[in-house]
Amino acid sequence: MMEILSCTVNGKPVEVGVDPRESLADTLRERLGLTSVKKGCEVGECGACTVLVDGTAIDSCIYLAVWAQGKTILTVEGLQNENGELNPIQRAFVEEAAVQCGFCTPGIIMSAVEIVGSGQQYTREELRKLISGHLCRCTGYQNILNAVERAVNEAHKFVGKSTDA
Amino acid sequence: MYDIASIYQAVSVADAIRALEADPSALVIAGGTDVLIKIREGKLAGCRLVSIHELGEELSGVTQAPNGDIEIGPLTTFRGVTFSKIIRGNIPVLGEATDQAGGPQLRAAGTIGGNVCNGITSADSASTLMALDAVLRVRGPRGEREVPISQWYKGVGKVDLAPYELLVKIVIPRDNYEGYAGHYIKYAQRSAMDIATLGVSCLVKLSGDKKVVEDAALAFGVAGPVPMRATSAEAAVRGLPVEQAVTAIGKAALEDVNPRTSWRASKEFRIQLVEELSGRALAEAARRGGAAI
Repeated sequence: MMEILSCTVNGKPVEVGVDPRESLADTLRERLGLTSVKKGCEVGECGACTVLVDGTAIDSCIYLAVWAQGKTILTVEGLQNENGELNPIQRAFVEEAAVQCGFCTPGIIMSAVEIVGSGQQYTREELRKLISGHLCRCTGYQNILNAVERAVNEAHKFVGKSTDA
Repeated sequence: MYDIASIYQAVSVADAIRALEADPSALVIAGGTDVLIKIREGKLAGCRLVSIHELGEELSGVTQAPNGDIEIGPLTTFRGVTFSKIIRGNIPVLGEATDQAGGPQLRAAGTIGGNVCNGITSADSASTLMALDAVLRVRGPRGEREVPISQWYKGVGKVDLAPYELLVKIVIPRDNYEGYAGHYIKYAQRSAMDIATLGVSCLVKLSGDKKVVEDAALAFGVAGPVPMRATSAEAAVRGLPVEQAVTAIGKAALEDVNPRTSWRASKEFRIQLVEELSGRALAEAARRGGAAI
């Protein structure tokens, strides 16, 4: 049994046939080819499948595709600008060497998009909590935090880093 | 692909109740953060679902009734509760509790209604809702009924909800929160993405000079098969000066609890946590209420 899912993905209207039993992560990866969406734990613990649904970061592995009807979805593929250049948040991850194996990176970048988009400043401790829904087995998180902090600060044109690291 | 036999997407509360009446063995799925995981683990494999995920207009949001009662739509996410101005202004301890479930993405999807309907003792919102004596408004084919949360839990994973009923409101009566300050402590192995080894929620109402405990409510998660109130501990500290109450409440609470050993922690450790964290929760609640402690 298939249903038609109509939604906006990375700025473009999409109509795609989905099985009502499939997760949004499955739809994005298998039907739309958006393989930045990683399947790690598939039980909402690791955050690798994080995407924005109507601006909110959720684990797409525990979100049924049919629930996305009429909604707006953003994945890492939707971040680069028209020239194919990296978005400032992605650049911050490169600058801070926040990427090792890279499996957790797209998910954390999507949480960072939500964090930066909130328009607020955060302490290092608050940022730690805001990315606590992601597991990274490589980096030890310090460079990831540096990258998220840099992205937030750049978005606000703040100079320097907080000192409570 | 999830092992789901069928999923019906309800378009209204009435429609969901009709669907549940037609298929009483169907399960309600709201935020999906528990149900989908149980399906993935195989525990609910092959189930039939009635989805209320898209009923936010009817079932989501926090409002204050004219009489001051605070009404929480069960489909309000953990995050929605935490960031609600009404909750922050009136019952910050509840927002503090919902802010400790899982991690940010889970809190943006999981709902407070699911947290109380799954009947799990470790549910982060449950002990605070117990301390607040919340009232659960349930709707079925023949209308609505209200269940005090003290009568709600019937056993592990079992609540007073018929197969064809839906939770439609969580009501916090004004008298139960006004004048109280509270604090929730979640003890877990990690600060995020973990299940409580023990949860303690304490509400306290202080005397005018902020020196005496006029009233206290103490509730636990994981101190027994279901969330529970510690009524003898509450009685033991009523009327005591704050510092004495902080010292006394932990020992008194041991009369009320019945924790067990699980792979997460031993019974003995949980008893230690009950004793220690009760005092800490009361002390912090009293501090927030204005006590110089």
